[in-house]
Order: sequence, then structure tokens, then C-alpha cells
Amino acid sequence: MSKNSSNTFWSMVTVLTAIAVLSAFILAFVEQLTREPIQKAKDQRELEAIAEVVGEFDNDPFAEQMNIVTPDKKYKLKLYPARKNGSISGFAVKTYSNAGYGGRIELIAGFYIDGSVKTFKITKHNETPGLGSKADEPRFKKQFDGFNPNKHKFKVRQDGGEIDGITAATITSRAVIDAIQHAVDAYNNFNPGKQP
Amino acid sequence: MNKTSLENLTRGIIRENPTFVMLLGMCPTLGVTTSALNGLGMGLATLFVLILSNVAISLVKGIIPPKVRIPSFIVIIASFVTVVDLLMAAYLPALHAALGIFIPLIVVNCIILGRAEAFASKNNIWQSVLDAVGMGTGFTIGLTSLGIVREVLGNGSIFNYSFIAEDANPVLLFIMPPGAFLALAALIILFNRLRKAE
Amino acid sequence: MAYFMIFITAVFVNNIVLSQFLGICPFLGVSKKISTAAGMGFAVMFVMTIATIATFLIYYTFLQPYNLTFMTTVTFILVIAALVQMVEIIVKKVSPPLYQALGIFLPLITTNCAVLGIAILTIQKNYTLTAGICYALANAMGFTLAIVIFAGIRERLADTEVPSALKGTPLALITAGLLSMAFMGFAGISQ
Repeated sequence: MSKNSSNTFWSMVTVLTAIAVLSAFILAFVEQLTREPIQKAKDQRELEAIAEVVGEFDNDPFAEQMNIVTPDKKYKLKLYPARKNGSISGFAVKTYSNAGYGGRIELIAGFYIDGSVKTFKITKHNETPGLGSKADEPRFKKQFDGFNPNKHKFKVRQDGGEIDGITAATITSRAVIDAIQHAVDAYNNFNPGKQP
Repeated sequence: MNKTSLENLTRGIIRENPTFVMLLGMCPTLGVTTSALNGLGMGLATLFVLILSNVAISLVKGIIPPKVRIPSFIVIIASFVTVVDLLMAAYLPALHAALGIFIPLIVVNCIILGRAEAFASKNNIWQSVLDAVGMGTGFTIGLTSLGIVREVLGNGSIFNYSFIAEDANPVLLFIMPPGAFLALAALIILFNRLRKAE
Repeated sequence: MAYFMIFITAVFVNNIVLSQFLGICPFLGVSKKISTAAGMGFAVMFVMTIATIATFLIYYTFLQPYNLTFMTTVTFILVIAALVQMVEIIVKKVSPPLYQALGIFLPLITTNCAVLGIAILTIQKNYTLTAGICYALANAMGFTLAIVIFAGIRERLADTEVPSALKGTPLALITAGLLSMAFMGFAGISQ
């Protein structure tokens, strides 16, 4: 670099640094401003999903969350107990499966107190829109209500089980069952006494 | 409004429409338009960033040495994109989740750097705002119409209002990846035809 | 096995261009001839892998420990821009023939959303460094595969007569759509 261009070199560095510093300050400010609402929005979504799958409760399942794990220690899940008038009325488990058509499917499964499934809500998925995402519709979901995976074959019919898979989306159906099975395994591991 | 202003405002909507004529910002155009609402949301987010970046760049155009012009523009644009990203995560969480990776990728949307370079760095603030509004609106129209076509054909609904029977089968292909290419091809043909007829 | 799965999924099942829609601009822009398409593919492979390593290290040594994750987008795009410049200078010095082959593509890569996209996705997916490298490399190969096949088809199409309304972009998009449909056949093999 020649001598008279060293001047422009320093002006270049100064301008670029100034812009970067200014940008960092503005972003730090906005980040601070939005940190709480972002966390709230996240919690809200999860709380709504929990409320949807466990029915009525009057406690804060979020505050009472517990960590549970499958016997092979592969799946570390979260359990949210729902209480009514102090006694447990059901519980929700945040679980996932990596066997979906588009990879990972995350869902919150709601259970009755006896360990049978109530329903579930898919919170994150990458399935084919309109096909795999049918898993979140009542037609598929309603057959899970009251299903006890400890007593019945918890698989799709093609695999010799008792659940009707979604037409043209068997892989997604399997993945949903897989995710709920992990939740059941983890719950039984956590609370073996409750197993019928 | 005088003639140049009007020209700057409307250029992006028809003659240099970023989606149908210039083919800029194709990644979000194809990636998020599985529904009309997603297309509209993405279009508006881009419009917002485009206005802010055009204003900022028009303001600082005199003090930036030409050699660091591009890196400076990139930092400015990236900052505004992050602001939009954070605000959407806080106040529009559902849309934020639907648009996903394409929100930070607004940074590399060629429309924004392109307008900064070709327009805002050479014109005053007011004209730069008009240019941004025009281009952003053109982009929003492009994405929303593609979203409408794909949602109507592929999901039997429009802006989430379903109009077909629950057990009817829409043409799923259109909300799957190949449908994005095909629907855009059809819209471009239509747009060219309409422009020629004018 | 896990790495192999990442590989197959990224190249075929979730092809970066045909199903994730990243890197569409170069895919449509530099795909008129197989030779240039392949050049672009290799340049992307090179930059994407290095960029993913660099952004990964910066994220986990600076941004995350100091709670600066809100600077991710700004930092990543700057790092990628600087990296592209550096690669250009180094390649020019070290290997003039390689520069001849890749040089003209390098400036285009800064605004290739695939590079930034993969860098961010590597972080979002919580990959380790090795898995991240594997993921970047596989996606770059997926990009190269798609763009080379696409260029092959377009070379043939250039000599055929097509209805005037389809000429140019619409035909390219329809071709891409058919290619994307063909790649859908791979879906589900990652079981």
C-alpha cells in the first residue's frame, strides 16, 4: 500500500468499525427489548399445547416440570404434571422422534392418570405439507384417545398394531407413534409403580 | 408528486418487478410461498428491511469510502434484518416459525443489496424511500400471488379459509417443492402476456 | 452411520436446491453450460465447507459464551464475505490454474444464500463440528449434483424449438420443477 493511500486505509477502517460498533449497540438494545416477549411467546406456545392435550388444570404445569429419561438413556424428555385441586389429573410429555419423513417431529403428548394416551399436539415438524401434516388433524388423532400403549399393540396396522395410519403418510404415522412410545417408556421408567 | 417520483415508485411494481421480471430473491420466493399468508408475511418483512436500508444508505452515502462500500452496506442490512428477526420472534411467533431460516437470509436477498448499490447510494432519502416502497411492494405482490396460487391449488384454501370438502383431495403437488417451480413459471408467462397486451 | 445418514439426506432427500430452495440464484443463473455449472459447484463446495468451519468456531468461541447470539447474522455474513475475498487472494497466489477455473465464481458466492443458510442451519441443528463439516460438504455436493444435471438438460433444450411464451425463464423453471419431482422419489429412503 503506497503512502498517500494509507490515509484512505485508515478512513476505511474507521468507517467500517464505526458502523459495526453502532450496529452492535442498536442490536444489543433491540435484543434486550425483545428478550422477555420472545421467551414469553415461546412459553405461551408450549403452555397452550399442554393445555390442549391434558384438559383442565389449575396449577402451573410449566413450573412443576420434571426431567424424565427412557431406560436406554437416549431420550431426555420433559414431563409436565397437571393438577386439579392439588391432586394430579393427568400429565403431558414433550417428546420427539427422528423417524419422520422430513426428519425430526416434536410433539407434546397428553396422558390420563392411568398412563393411557389422551391426545397429542405436534409442535414442530418438517413433513410434507397437506399430507404428513394431516397427523395433527382430529381424524387421525381421535383414535389415540384412551389408548393404553401398555395393554394394546401400539403400532400402525401395517406393522401389526391397532392404529390406522394416515393414508399415504405411513412414515409420519409411525413417527408420531414412535415419539409417543418414547414418552411412555420414559414415564414408565420414571414411575414404575404406576404401570398396570 | 412529480414525474420522477412517480416513476421511481412504480418501477418496482411493473416494469422491473423483482419477482416476475428481474428474478431476484428467488430463494424466499420459492421457499416460503406454501400459503398466501406466508408469502405476504415474507414480502412485508422484506419491504420493511428494504425501506430501512435504503434510508440508512442514502443517509451515509457521502461518508463511506468506496472501497468498503459493500461490506458497510452488508453490515447495515444485516443489522436491520436482525431487528426484524427479533421483533417477529417476539410479536409474530407463528409467522416467525413458518418463515424460519428465510428470515435471516433476507440479508442475502439480492434485491436489498441491489437497490442499495444501484439506487440508494446515488439518490436522496425521499426518492430512496419511494424506490424501496415500489420494489418491496412489487416483491410482496409477487410472493402473495404465488402463495395464493399454490394454496388454492394445493390446499384448497385461501388465506387459511378452506373452500373444499374435508375429504376432497387438492393438488398436493403445488405445495410441495416442484409445485413452486411450476406455479412460478405459469405466473411469469401470465405476467409477460399481460405486459405485452398493455 | 449417523454421518452417512446426514450425507444421504442432504444430497438426495432434502436436496439444498430442489427441496430447501437455497442457492436458487446461481442455480438459475449459471446453469447454461455444464462446464460453468461444475465450476460453480466446486467453488461452492470449497467456500461452503470453509465458511461452515469458520462460522462454527466463531459462534462457539465468541458469540455463545458472551451472549452475543443476536449478532449471529451480522457476524456470519461478514465472515463469509471476508472469507471469499481471502480465498480469492490465496487461490490466485497458490494455484493460478485453479483460480482460472474458480475465480470468476467466487465474488458471486458472497450473496449465495446457500452458504449463509448452511452456516446458520449447522448452528440451529446443534451439530458437532464434524457433523457440521459433513453436513456442509454433503449439501455442497447436493448443490453441485443438482446444478450439473440441470445444466445438462438446459444444454440439450437450447437446441430445441419451444413455444415462444416458454422461452427463457419459464422453461428453466419448468425443467427445475420436473427435476425436483424426480428428486422427490428419494424421499423416505432415510428410514
